[in-house]
Amino acid sequence: MKARSVKAKSGGSKNGRQTTQSGKSDRWILRLYIAGQTSRGVTALNNLKIICEDQLKGKYKIEVIDLVKNPQLARDHQILAVPTLVRKLPLPTRNIIGDLSNTERVLVGLDLINPKTLRVTL
Amino acid sequence: MLKKKEKPAHRDVLPKSPTSIQGLDEITGGGLPKGRPTLVCGGAGCGKTLFAMEFLIRGALLHNEPGVFMSFEENEDELTANVGSLGFDLNNLVKRKLIWLEHIHVERGEIEQSGEYDLEGLFIRIHHAIESIGAKRVVLDTLESLFSGLPNPLILRSELRRLLHWLKLKGVTTVITAERGDGTLTRQGLEEYVSDCVILLDHRVTDQSSIRRLRIVKYRGSTHGTNEYPFLIDEDGFSVLPVTSLGLNYNSSLERISSGIPRLDTMLSGKGYFRGSTVLVSGTAGTGKTSMSAQFVESACIRKERVLFFTFEESASQLMRNMHSIGIHLEQWVDKGLLQFHATRPTLYGLETHLATSIRLINKFKPNIVVFDPINAFVMGDNKTEVKTMLLRLVDFLKMKRITAFFTNLTSVGEDMEMTDVYISSLIDTWLLLRDIEIGGERNRGLYVLKSRGMAHSNQIREFKLTNHGIELLDVYVGAGGVLTGSARLSQETKDDAEQLQRQQEIGRKQFGLERKREAMEAQIVVLRSEFEAEESEALKLIELEKTVNRHFSQDKEKMAKSRKSDDKIKMTGTKKKVNI
Repeated sequence: MKARSVKAKSGGSKNGRQTTQSGKSDRWILRLYIAGQTSRGVTALNNLKIICEDQLKGKYKIEVIDLVKNPQLARDHQILAVPTLVRKLPLPTRNIIGDLSNTERVLVGLDLINPKTLRVTL
Repeated sequence: MLKKKEKPAHRDVLPKSPTSIQGLDEITGGGLPKGRPTLVCGGAGCGKTLFAMEFLIRGALLHNEPGVFMSFEENEDELTANVGSLGFDLNNLVKRKLIWLEHIHVERGEIEQSGEYDLEGLFIRIHHAIESIGAKRVVLDTLESLFSGLPNPLILRSELRRLLHWLKLKGVTTVITAERGDGTLTRQGLEEYVSDCVILLDHRVTDQSSIRRLRIVKYRGSTHGTNEYPFLIDEDGFSVLPVTSLGLNYNSSLERISSGIPRLDTMLSGKGYFRGSTVLVSGTAGTGKTSMSAQFVESACIRKERVLFFTFEESASQLMRNMHSIGIHLEQWVDKGLLQFHATRPTLYGLETHLATSIRLINKFKPNIVVFDPINAFVMGDNKTEVKTMLLRLVDFLKMKRITAFFTNLTSVGEDMEMTDVYISSLIDTWLLLRDIEIGGERNRGLYVLKSRGMAHSNQIREFKLTNHGIELLDVYVGAGGVLTGSARLSQETKDDAEQLQRQQEIGRKQFGLERKREAMEAQIVVLRSEFEAEESEALKLIELEKTVNRHFSQDKEKMAKSRKSDDKIKMTGTKKKVNI
């Protein structure tokens, strides 16, 4: 529910938004860290898919890492909070934590919208 | 604030995880609560990380309890280097799977939040670490860094509560460190979640000397020391000194040890000091206090006893050099490991730290005798009471360990001799006083025993001489001229000797004269006797002659009467009868 309403809002502001530097990049690798098949993890993945389809259609790739299966990766990749979304490409890497239900924060986190313009539209 | 009900104290029931940090197990009654979290809080630089690290390392090495160190502040290399400077080889422990080091990187500004999250990642990491080495102990240093790195404190709080509960369920003994907040134990109020044991570390500076102190704020379900205890961080790590908990319940020894000066032993009822007693030598400058201690030390080392010498005025090498002049060579004992010097300036650190250092060194070296030269070096300004308390604790500690303590005390000129700067006379068992005696333009040293508990000691003053073969005690001259020492004593003694010689000669003469008289008298007696004998024999001869004449006369008379046929018979017989009677 929440996700959809946010999406509608972001869709509405889409035209008035300036395209950021990252937005121009044509290759996106997004990594989502989850811990087992929890509802929060599933929600996050679904939200991510919707956002990517909406914003980065055709030029993104999502990797899902289950830390329960690969606990060593939590140390190697310095993951604390779950779910964590890491933008591996384009550089620099950026981290977003949470179930990604707030689409605008995700877009800000992924540097797809400029937070200043976001505040104006809000 | 605390929702849980206080459990009744069951000392036997509550299992404890020994820290093996020197002194800490004593005041906690065995260690930290096993399988529960403990909060260690304090300001910056007070030793929280080190405390936690030592808890892990000692647990891994001594109690076979591997440990996980989750560091939120320093990375693995920094930690290894920091602990390495304290003598622990962390890399080796990590290799042997006794310690798991993990740096948890949190940095504000890198993370955007969208929607709800949890700290399952952290849980997984801790779980993975624990499982990898079979850890029994976990350190989270400093958990509060999460608050500066992750958004939404509300989520964090509930997650931390969940984390602590989860750790408790896992049965690992956890140490959580936290920065001290303004007016609270921790900045984020972690003490709300950790209610089992809270330890506060403190680092304060008084009179430009720093003192580290530790206090157990709370220990649920266990008795514990409640005082502030000084602690040290030095090349051997962390050590707490529970010196205030001591009582007067030590056993006293009957054994006696020599003072190193035979005549002083004689003064102390022939045997010297009691083992484990406290000896104080006080005196003005240059009266030989240090020399006396050196003599004592040497005699102890000859007996193969161990001596720890704290000097606060001279360096060890200077002291040893100076002692050469009285024929005491202490280097050999240092080389043999029987003697150890610790030369520090009293201003180096605070009193508590001095005490703590001394106790730690004593515990490490295990000496039979400890020398403090001098004790009043600690007095600076107005801290006499503190110094007294410190020495009291030191004396108590030494007595408990049956270590003989030898203190020197410098009395300033003009002060009452029979008083110490720090008023510790009541702690002293044997008190020797060295004093200057000024006679005839020279200064000499006198020694007497002011008191010596438990023995019949001499009340005499002795002259104290530093010779090139050690200390000698001499009788002072006590005579018509008063108490004399030094050259005055020598000259007086010479004078006395001369007088005595003269007197002896006089006596000799008189005896000789008397002898002569006796001889003369005896000679006279002999003469008289011979004269008398001559006379006597003469007289006897005469008597004999008279008798013979008499006999002849009466025989003649009878013959005559016979011849005359006298009738006068009766008359004759009558006469005869008379003669016979």
